[in-house]
Amino acid sequence: MKKALKTLALSVALIGSFASAQAQVTEQFVALPSYRVGPYAAGGSGFYGGIIDYFNLVNANGGINGVKVSWEECETEYNPSRGVECYERLKTKNGGATMVEPLSTGIAYGILDRIPQDKVPMTTLGYGRSDAANGKVFPYVFPLISDYWSQAAAMIKYLGDKDGGVAKLKGKKIVHLYHDSAFGKEPLPVLEALAAQHGFELIKIPVAPPGSEQQSQWLQIRQAKPDHVILWGWGVMNSVAIKTAQRNGFPREKILGVWWAGSEEDTVPSGDAAKGYTAMSFNTPGNYPVLDEIRKKIYTGGKGNLADQSRIGSVYHMRGVTAGILFVEAMRTAQEKFGKGKPVTGEQLRWGLENLNIDETRQKAIGALNMFPPVKTSCDDHEGSGAVKVQQWDGKKWNAITPNWIVGDKALVRKLVEESSNKYAAEKKITPACMK
Amino acid sequence: MFYREAGQFKTSYEADGQILPIRQDRIALFVTLAVALLALPLVSSPYMLSAILIPFLIFALAALGLNILTGYAGQLSLGTAAFMAVGAFASYNFVARIPGIPVLLAFVLGGLCAAMVGIAFGLPSLRIRGFYLAASTLATQFFVVWCLTKIPWLTGHSSSGVITAQKMEILGYAFDTPERKYVLVLGVVAFMALLAKNMLRSNVGRSWMAVRDMDVAAEVIGFRLMRTKLLAFAVSSFYCGVAGALYAFAYLGTVEPEAYNLDLSFRILFMIIIGGVGSILGSFLGAAFIVLLPVFLNILAHGLALPTSVASNLELMTFGALIIFFLIVEPHGLARLWQIGKEKLRLWPFPH
Repeated sequence: MKKALKTLALSVALIGSFASAQAQVTEQFVALPSYRVGPYAAGGSGFYGGIIDYFNLVNANGGINGVKVSWEECETEYNPSRGVECYERLKTKNGGATMVEPLSTGIAYGILDRIPQDKVPMTTLGYGRSDAANGKVFPYVFPLISDYWSQAAAMIKYLGDKDGGVAKLKGKKIVHLYHDSAFGKEPLPVLEALAAQHGFELIKIPVAPPGSEQQSQWLQIRQAKPDHVILWGWGVMNSVAIKTAQRNGFPREKILGVWWAGSEEDTVPSGDAAKGYTAMSFNTPGNYPVLDEIRKKIYTGGKGNLADQSRIGSVYHMRGVTAGILFVEAMRTAQEKFGKGKPVTGEQLRWGLENLNIDETRQKAIGALNMFPPVKTSCDDHEGSGAVKVQQWDGKKWNAITPNWIVGDKALVRKLVEESSNKYAAEKKITPACMK
Repeated sequence: MFYREAGQFKTSYEADGQILPIRQDRIALFVTLAVALLALPLVSSPYMLSAILIPFLIFALAALGLNILTGYAGQLSLGTAAFMAVGAFASYNFVARIPGIPVLLAFVLGGLCAAMVGIAFGLPSLRIRGFYLAASTLATQFFVVWCLTKIPWLTGHSSSGVITAQKMEILGYAFDTPERKYVLVLGVVAFMALLAKNMLRSNVGRSWMAVRDMDVAAEVIGFRLMRTKLLAFAVSSFYCGVAGALYAFAYLGTVEPEAYNLDLSFRILFMIIIGGVGSILGSFLGAAFIVLLPVFLNILAHGLALPTSVASNLELMTFGALIIFFLIVEPHGLARLWQIGKEKLRLWPFPH
């Protein structure tokens, strides 16, 4: 009993002292509510490992105009409740977090209403609410590069092109096999609108999370004889889908995965079954000077974040490096307006994120030419690109099979973004407006 | 020592029937409540309030709900998160569809909806017991989440099935800051805990305990089994429903049905096992253990500057090891530890 009391007293004291500890602001502080254990650990460790590797590289090269990036991680286990706790803990640390990236739809939704009040911009790189692309309603949310709706539109465009033009999709059958959660249902408005527009039949087949049993779904798919299957999965669901498809004799070339179903962690466990499987990506697989620099400057010094060095340049790691590049460029952009050589506040960084312009020259200077599509954001367009690629697994590694960046029906996506974000604004009594 | 009750005589039936017959307990409770209500909102940081205390209180309420069913009425249940989901989504719909409805009324109505679902899924308890019943309440878990993902009307036709809880307003007073939300949650939880304590001392609670201890004997001495069991399901689900509504409105703000998954049901079950089955205090202690300990371990790991990948795994291992340790030392939970401590103090200086 005495021991328990002592522990309790110690913990209260610790929590108190950590909550009040505030260092002076000399570094650009970023909150990383990450996850390295649990069912989604492969994605979390690769992605946050990539971000941290790039931050370390920037710091090793002298920071952003001399300003070092600092960060703190907090384990969320991909659980919204713990994610909110992590966000609340990190947001006041080190003089206040100036940015947050939770890499989880649930956590992003949980803190969506808090970030404008706290003035902490949140990026949702490749997930989250797609309608947050409208910066007039969601000034603090940035679904950078591409959100789900742009991806879904690009998928249909790619499938159409594969068959010889979107007009050829008429009368065809496309299965949307999805993780039955907010994540899996997110693309439905776009897919339904495109199905109506181009006249293909959309068959929606949900998989109950986590998706480790899909026998009946694939039986249903085999009976429907679809022309294409869109695999909108996450975590264990992906490799199960690939293996079950093989068992049912469904050609993997006809399956197109979402970008959370297109990593080494999804294909390697499936073995030969994954050969020929295609998935979306907003990176071009390959090697880049920036990755070599990370290997040389960070990993040889033993400061690398990944335990397994062969994961450098893997899909999730590269996605993390891409995120790191975007964050650092936003900080640089904000510094150019608000004063070089000193850290910017959350509000100023928000401006930086809203005025990003990473063209090919800038990418080349970073050593990441063509690693991700050029990004140019504005108040109207917090996404900044919407371009994606398709990659294919050859049994050993991913290869890009579309040489150019694909952009789907942008006008349609924009129309849906306007409708949905305006509905949100009406619910929340927000007057849509651009922030300065 | 200070916990001796010598000299406290009960001279009336009222005095004998008090909730807390020992003066020290009464004082401790009033001091705790006063500190929680008056001091904490003033001295705590917003982080402490909105990320630690509010979820702790909400989970304690949910654990209390489960404790009524499992601890007092002896009906195993794995559907706690489902009842919470019913409460949350029902409250959301009441606020969205009835303009100007007071949010507390919406919580009560949400709780009543959860109670009705609880009664429906409690029906099998008349025929089956123990693990078999647990398996059938598992159906609630899947059925409710399935309904919420399948019927768009329930989630206000939002495309991704995520609801955004409305602002909490009572008579024009908005509960929007961490302090105000905390006070509201504390008020609801304290009131319902008091209600539970009284209910459990009355003939209702005693009938539950009779059924728990031996339902055949309870029936023989005249308790109506069906009524008793279903009432336990109803009351328990009501508590869970209100907790779910608070979870959506006062804590997360936006919720997808997946947030109320089986994992949450298990966590609440662990809360009552660790806190103490069949104890109101145990619900609170268990919630504190399950909610606060991982956070504390996480902060500690950061304080020791461990690499995050190591820290995350170490945290889970320590947490698991502590649970095993506690259950070996005291299988009846933290509440029993507290009770033993109290008895030792009363016997001091001659413990035996």
